[in-house]
Amino acid sequence: MSLVLFIEQVLNGLQFGVMLFLMAAGLTLVFGVMGLINLAHGSLYMVGAFAAAATAAATGSFVLALIASLVFAAFAGVLIEVLVIRRLYERDHLDQVLATFALILIFSEGTRWLFGSFPLFLDKPDWLSGTVGLPFGIVYSRYRLAMILVGLAVAVGLFWMIAKTRIGIRIRAGENDREMIAALGVNISLLHTFVFALGAALAGFAGALIGAIQSVQVGMGEPVLILAFVVIVIGGIGSIKGAFVGALLVGLTDTLGRFLLPVLFRLAMEPSAANAVGASLASMSIYLLMAGVLLFRPRGLFASQ
Amino acid sequence: MTFKPFAKPFALPASLAASLALLASAGLGPIAGQAQAAGVKVGMITTLSGGGAGLGIDVRDGFMLAIKQSGRNDVEVVIEDDQRKPDVAVQLSDKMIQSEKVDVLTGIIWSNLAMAVVPGAVAQGKFYLSPNAGPSPLAGKGCHANYFNVAWQNDNLHEAAGAYASGAGHKNAFILAPNYPAGTDALAGFKRMYEGELAGEIYTKLGQTDYASEIAQIRASGADSVFFFLPGGMGISFLKQYADSGVGLPVVGPAFSFDQGILQAVGAAALGVKNTSQWSKDLDSAANKAFVDSFQAEYGRLPSLYASQGFDTANLLLSALAKADVSDADAFRAALEAADFASTRGDFAFASNHHPIQDIYVREVVKEGDVFTNKIIGLALEDRSNAYVDDCSM
Repeated sequence: MSLVLFIEQVLNGLQFGVMLFLMAAGLTLVFGVMGLINLAHGSLYMVGAFAAAATAAATGSFVLALIASLVFAAFAGVLIEVLVIRRLYERDHLDQVLATFALILIFSEGTRWLFGSFPLFLDKPDWLSGTVGLPFGIVYSRYRLAMILVGLAVAVGLFWMIAKTRIGIRIRAGENDREMIAALGVNISLLHTFVFALGAALAGFAGALIGAIQSVQVGMGEPVLILAFVVIVIGGIGSIKGAFVGALLVGLTDTLGRFLLPVLFRLAMEPSAANAVGASLASMSIYLLMAGVLLFRPRGLFASQ
Repeated sequence: MTFKPFAKPFALPASLAASLALLASAGLGPIAGQAQAAGVKVGMITTLSGGGAGLGIDVRDGFMLAIKQSGRNDVEVVIEDDQRKPDVAVQLSDKMIQSEKVDVLTGIIWSNLAMAVVPGAVAQGKFYLSPNAGPSPLAGKGCHANYFNVAWQNDNLHEAAGAYASGAGHKNAFILAPNYPAGTDALAGFKRMYEGELAGEIYTKLGQTDYASEIAQIRASGADSVFFFLPGGMGISFLKQYADSGVGLPVVGPAFSFDQGILQAVGAAALGVKNTSQWSKDLDSAANKAFVDSFQAEYGRLPSLYASQGFDTANLLLSALAKADVSDADAFRAALEAADFASTRGDFAFASNHHPIQDIYVREVVKEGDVFTNKIIGLALEDRSNAYVDDCSM
């Protein structure tokens, strides 16, 4: 195992982590501000990917496809917030889970009805294809590098918005005491719609970015959603900082676990058994991480309340 | 209200657990279709919704095309969606056997679902004709007189890939497959026929969509070729990422990741890849040409491997019906064993464990006009049976 391979794997872990952050940020904000468990967040990720694939097929432009993913996912977010989600804020978590699960089914079948059962094609643009040479002789995918940079830029933007802007102050105030900021004259319902749309747009954006190197198909959001839940539980529900740290931890643990555990077991076992055991343990690694974190910090690393 | 801060964290684990349980069962929707009663009643349990729906839809469409072409109106087909879930498939088969009173079951795509349904169905005296899944237990010790596989034994296409890789002079292959029974079967099948060294062997997570870590290991391994079995969306993701990584080693795989249904989503990343299949749309036989043309005319798309398997399954059933009544189980079984039908893949016979003996070809992904498709470039294995014949006591 060479150092170059190790660094490449760390980059892969970072890339996975920042994409998870885009998903988890919306989920944790919605939970923190509105107290809502939104299972349909994965559907918004899918909406973004399908909007991007359809736009790319119609116009041939990847940039337009990314813009479409933001717009359509935000629009879908506003739509379901106004029609369904708004009625769930005051109800208990199981009602929310039931209603948002119904939304998953509606989105999945609606998408199948519109686009069919076969996966769609979405590819990265030529100017992001191929590899770049980094220092120390590392060869890395240009697109993945771009994903890391874009994800970090979005994270910085979010931190700035939450920390420095008026809307960010209101979001933080909403997390702390909903009734009080409503009493102070803030239009809380508009704030909720905005937060939901923001989370939806980030999820859709992640869907479009990832769709370009994976497959755009019905049901693509649910596996990512489960990981995003793991991230926000580790990070502390409601905390953007927690979501960021949690996402990077999960991304690195998963990637390095898949890579290092089989190598580790090969020291003590014959190769094919080591590969099977290592692979099995690697697929548990992030859940072990979650259990470990919860053991010492039962409410996550950066619980806000 | 002093407890309020704690209310959320305490309620949360229960809700999250419920969420995850619900998510695990995401996917939905029964879709049923049927014809009028009489002669034989067929129960088709297949995947028509969720991630793997394309495969089930193709099997169903191929099957129904053959029934339609036969002009027989005494074949009633009850179609239900298993949502790719073993528990749903078992419920459907119970319902079909007990209340629908079907004579023959068919349709299952996935090996884990077949393992859940087939042993129970054949034990109740029903016939089961598999249009796809061919798990090794059902070919070996668990074989049954009423179970017929019309597609392949699971290992077959991987064995062919191993034979092709050796024949093409690959000496140091890197191999990967998902960590589940069909994945371990796949790597075992490849290694059975492959003579070179292995540069590396990886089991990936089932349903994994990001392969950056595996591709980095391939790059660092010094391999001269790559073999992978990653069906459906997993294969799309791998191929796109592999093409982008610039590793550029030749790729060999079974047909499942290069099926007509998903090639368009992979795009140019799949061009030139060699894959092994018992069928291809350019196979030169009258039966196949007629099938490809009529499928395109009926559904407006090119048929896939799965569609050909559904079509062959229906034709096998029809050939047996022409010779014997399904109520006479022994005569009907003998008629099935004769496999007296014009298969889309040419010569077709059953081995003693009721799995096909057939040629397996090597195909290359090409672009015809605007459509990505496959073209045969050679024969990988001739009259291949399977490795489990001797384990079966039939």
